[in-house]
Amino acid sequence: MKIDAKDMHYRQLNRIIRDAVASGEKEFELDNVQGQRYIGDGLNESIKITINGTPGNDLGAFMNGPRIIVNANGQDGIANTMNAGEIIIHGSAGDIIGYGMRGGRVYIKGDAGYRVGIHMKEYKKQVPVIVAGGTAGDFFGEYMAGGIMILLGMNGKDQIVGDYVGTGMHGGVIYIRGKIDPYHLGKEVNCLELNEEDMKLIGSYLKEFCEYFGFDLNEVMSRSFTKLVPLSHRPYGNMYVY
Amino acid sequence: MKSERIPSGCAISGLMSEEGRRIDGSVIIRSIACMHDRSNGLGGGFAAYGIYPKRKEQYAFHMMFDNVEAKVATEEFFKDVFNVDKDEPIPTHRENGVSNPPLLWRYFLEVPENKLEFITERDYVMKIVMKINSEVEGAFVASSGKNMGAFKGVGYPEDIGRFYKLEDYNAYIWTAHGRFPTNTPGWWGGAHPFTLLDWSVVHNGEISSYGINKRYLEMFGYRLELRTDTEVIAYLFDLMVRRHKFPIDKAILALASPFWKDIDRMETERKRIATAIRQVYGSTLLNGPFSIILGHNNGMIGLNDRIKLRPMTVARNDDMLYMASEESAIRAIAPDLEEVWSPRAGTAVIGTIKAEVE
Repeated sequence: MKIDAKDMHYRQLNRIIRDAVASGEKEFELDNVQGQRYIGDGLNESIKITINGTPGNDLGAFMNGPRIIVNANGQDGIANTMNAGEIIIHGSAGDIIGYGMRGGRVYIKGDAGYRVGIHMKEYKKQVPVIVAGGTAGDFFGEYMAGGIMILLGMNGKDQIVGDYVGTGMHGGVIYIRGKIDPYHLGKEVNCLELNEEDMKLIGSYLKEFCEYFGFDLNEVMSRSFTKLVPLSHRPYGNMYVY
Repeated sequence: MKSERIPSGCAISGLMSEEGRRIDGSVIIRSIACMHDRSNGLGGGFAAYGIYPKRKEQYAFHMMFDNVEAKVATEEFFKDVFNVDKDEPIPTHRENGVSNPPLLWRYFLEVPENKLEFITERDYVMKIVMKINSEVEGAFVASSGKNMGAFKGVGYPEDIGRFYKLEDYNAYIWTAHGRFPTNTPGWWGGAHPFTLLDWSVVHNGEISSYGINKRYLEMFGYRLELRTDTEVIAYLFDLMVRRHKFPIDKAILALASPFWKDIDRMETERKRIATAIRQVYGSTLLNGPFSIILGHNNGMIGLNDRIKLRPMTVARNDDMLYMASEESAIRAIAPDLEEVWSPRAGTAVIGTIKAEVE
């Protein structure tokens, strides 16, 4: 189903999508999208939504199954509390990507903003994944409780990630391509080298990432990665006890 | 009163032609209208630069009066302190969603030479703005710069823009604001932009250091009467850049200063400057979440708070510089862009007019 979203309010656009999904539509192509919020939010079905134009905030929030492809930059709050599905962004993304995310995957070709993956979490087989090809801002993985984040810095900018990386982190794992100055890290993370299992794990996601965006997997894997894990599962356990 | 909570935040947008090309107001309306859902109808406004080229040597006062008495009192006062070259109603278009506007009048003013024996012209004008806002009952100065003006009120920004017929104005810098008031009342004088002389500020966020900033500014003769935090930003730039002659990038080192931990890592000369500025101008530090667009006659500046608690996207194309809370608001008026980026926290994007503008 093709929808021309030009000058359409987000309520109308999302109503059309919802109604069509309810009557069995599986594939959507949205043209002239210009800041409409909440696209794909709360949808449970395995549908595909292709977005041409700039989608508004909270794209794919509470989403539980669909696959969203954005042929532009994304804005803030993508994959907020997302549970399952996949979001592929052929550009950069804004702040608070994957906030409280609990499953599914987000692939970003370019940069990600501030506070990516804060308080992501996992449970058994529900493991959320965020991969970004460029750089990210401060508070990357802040209060992270689970899931996997991979940051590649493929665009050659000198600082791959901002400050306070993994502050308050107590679960999950972060992989950053290249070395990282401990100055940028939060006090609650430990810096490790990757073992064979790690390489296998990121290899599977990066293969997919490279297929989507046309990167060369060998080039991506040609630099060593840094692995960040939490020092403790309860970093603030003693904070208010005295 | 509505009981439902509408999740939102303010919207800001700005555009500038470095070559000083004039652009009509319908463009900035289209941009800010794209972010309609970030505002709630309790405030919208615009600042425009280069709109009065034929009177560019005169101070253009945009005034808001609650009643005729306030207008009469202000005009009596103007007669004493200025030469009033021209006054007229600000043209408005009444048939849309804007209700209960105050009396809106503009004055083109010159400062009599005999008033400037002991004070600079702009200090003189600043004092008059402060005096009207704090002492003339029911009168507020919406803007007081040369060759610029603020157009603001209670309503959605696109409605306010049409109310003021902004399509009839041509400016080389436009900024806009859609308001979602959280801590202070939605009233006509409290809509953004906040201005003084040719400074204007549109702001998304809140300044939690307001009390400290206010007390500091009061020592330099500023009076904060507009019941909102944003006012301090306009006055701080006036104090630092116009009166204390800081280059803009150094003023930023005071208003959104680097953290001490980062100053400690700077090389010696930069460290010395940053330390001195923080020590002397500590009371100008803006704390709390903000993204702002500052306008003045020679440029436009975008700035985020130091840990980026509010959004800002910046873009360039040809001679145009754009800034907005959301990229979609820029794409709405410029679909093809050469460069799009999100500035780092506390790092200003400084746009400067390159050409001589009339």
